[in-house]
Amino acid sequence: MVIRAQVFFGGNMSTDPTAGDTPATQDTKDAYWKANIGLLAKLMVVWFIVSFGCGILFVEQLNAFSFFGFPLGFWFAQQGAIYTFVALIFIYVFRMKAIERNFGVDD
Amino acid sequence: MSTQLLTYLFVGASFALYIGIAIWARAGSTKEFYVAGGGVHPIANGMATAADWMSAASFISMAGIIAFAGYDGSVYLMGWTGGYVLLALLLAPYLRKFGQFTVPDFIAERYYSKAARMLAVLCLIVISFTYVAGQMRGVGVVFSRFLDVEINTGVIIGMVIVFFYAVLGGMKGITYTQVAQFCVLIFAYMVPAIFISMLVTGNPIPQIGLGSNVAGESVSVLQKLDMVITDLGFNEYTSGTKSMIDVFAITAALMVGTAGLPHVIVRFFTVPKVSDARLSAGWALVFIAILYTTAPAVAAFARLNFVETVNETSYDGTAPGAQQTPQWVQSWESIGLIGWLDKNQDGKIQYGAGAPFEGKPTFSDGTGTSGQRIIANAPTSSANEIYVDRDIMVLANPEIANLPGWVVALVAAGGVAAALSTAAGLLLVISTAISHDMLKKTIMPNISDKQELLAARLAAVVAIVIAGYFGINPPGFVAQVVALAFGLAACSLFPAILMGIFSKTMNKEGAIAGMLAGLVFTIGYIVYFKFMGGSPDQWLFGISPEGIGAIGMLINFGVAKGVAMATAPVPENVQAMIEDIRIPAGAGAGHAH
Repeated sequence: MVIRAQVFFGGNMSTDPTAGDTPATQDTKDAYWKANIGLLAKLMVVWFIVSFGCGILFVEQLNAFSFFGFPLGFWFAQQGAIYTFVALIFIYVFRMKAIERNFGVDD
Repeated sequence: MSTQLLTYLFVGASFALYIGIAIWARAGSTKEFYVAGGGVHPIANGMATAADWMSAASFISMAGIIAFAGYDGSVYLMGWTGGYVLLALLLAPYLRKFGQFTVPDFIAERYYSKAARMLAVLCLIVISFTYVAGQMRGVGVVFSRFLDVEINTGVIIGMVIVFFYAVLGGMKGITYTQVAQFCVLIFAYMVPAIFISMLVTGNPIPQIGLGSNVAGESVSVLQKLDMVITDLGFNEYTSGTKSMIDVFAITAALMVGTAGLPHVIVRFFTVPKVSDARLSAGWALVFIAILYTTAPAVAAFARLNFVETVNETSYDGTAPGAQQTPQWVQSWESIGLIGWLDKNQDGKIQYGAGAPFEGKPTFSDGTGTSGQRIIANAPTSSANEIYVDRDIMVLANPEIANLPGWVVALVAAGGVAAALSTAAGLLLVISTAISHDMLKKTIMPNISDKQELLAARLAAVVAIVIAGYFGINPPGFVAQVVALAFGLAACSLFPAILMGIFSKTMNKEGAIAGMLAGLVFTIGYIVYFKFMGGSPDQWLFGISPEGIGAIGMLINFGVAKGVAMATAPVPENVQAMIEDIRIPAGAGAGHAH
């Protein structure tokens, strides 16, 4: 899953490039928070789809497909959802690092 | 060397390790006692969190539950891992930035209210005690089976060990023992799993083995399992019997409840930076996922093995045309976790759907015609003759698969590590809630750091004694109230914390009203259906008490929002604090009081 910076920064990519060296202004903070919420929303959608979607709501339809010897829906419920959860957290970790550096609010 | 001796050796060596770490990592200040000084490396904290989180239930019970529930067991797999996504994305970084010691600290300052703090403390104590009783029992069960001591003696030995490192070391001691305990428990879980996967499928990786063909046959494990158990009258393994809405609600309640459990949340107060809190949650889930993706494989292999090695076998080996029942059946029967009622008097064990007799087995003195223990329970009309406690699936696995004695010993040490690590984490949040939230922050604000530390240690002692009492005299309702722990966390703490971070307009009145509404609804529902004999056809929307925390959470959100709109706005200084916790910069090393 490739997430491009522009998607989240939108118009804020043009924020003062020296922002990293000065204390964050209210505008920067607001823009940072917006970027964070945007990223969160996307990741939470994936979180919902792999677990509640593939593992529960559409499990029977997906079970018609075979995936490495598993019925696909069953695989999502007992394996795939968990792998995706791990990936989601690490994507968040790395994307947030980049976003924070961009807005100069990293720790 | 005998298996018994090896078990003593393994368990004894692991205890020596934990005590050694406890002495090395003594806590000298409240900051060390509550948050390990705030300088724990994210990977170490990830391991500690994994051990903290994976209890006797994860290690001993979960694979057994899945083995018998099949697809329905997925609620635990997704529920108990998906919560970490919520934790990492929605809670942990902000609570770390807030930078104090406890969950009630956050609730109290964010909602500028002592009443909110007390409510949070109450939830925390109920949740944690509910949970800890089961852990002590788990230690007792492992001891009684593998070390041949009384369950009660086992509980007392467990109490002494936890006493050592929780009271001496506080969070600092617990953190480093949990790292060691994680290594012990994951090794102990994986070794037999790999052996069994090899045995059943020829593939050493259980996660892949679960999707592979049965060794030497052209049918996959899951297909074969579906066939074998439907022949015996069970439902298909890969499709469930619970309603979809119930599976949905239980998964949601477990996820949200996981993210709201205080002993898990406080682990993220111990890392140096906000970004470390996120990273650490990621590592925690990696370490947890190793066990959680292995468990369903262990479950399926164990179920298949169980059917193939037990069904239609001759208990004493004399029935014609049948193999002799394996020895492990008798060892587990001797401690009452297996019971066989030879309904058709043919000397062979028939396994099938339905309970073999009413309730858990009670045994009369003497033995039956095949030498089995005599069951006193009233038989049911089903053809099934054998009762199997789900918990033995993991513990008996090495024996079922004929693995060497040292693997059995390893599993015993792993089970004890899982139970002790979780018990210690729970006891610590209980003692912290008492010494910090109730004494220092409410009743006696003038006590010194030294006095607070002493109070924390005394509170830990009291909590251990109470937990041990519950372990020795388990209240009959322990199994039923596990739903309560997750339900409470889901309907009270999680929504209050979430709104505290993401809403600047959520005020004191709204948060308190929301928590109370969620609690009253959730507790009322669970008590009605678990203790007052409510029948499943009365379930709201068909949701079982296990899943009702999800609805309780929605009620909390709704009530909180409504009340907040009708009452005074949030004070300026609190709004500024919310602004501040949203920005990672300047987290410092936590508040030193």
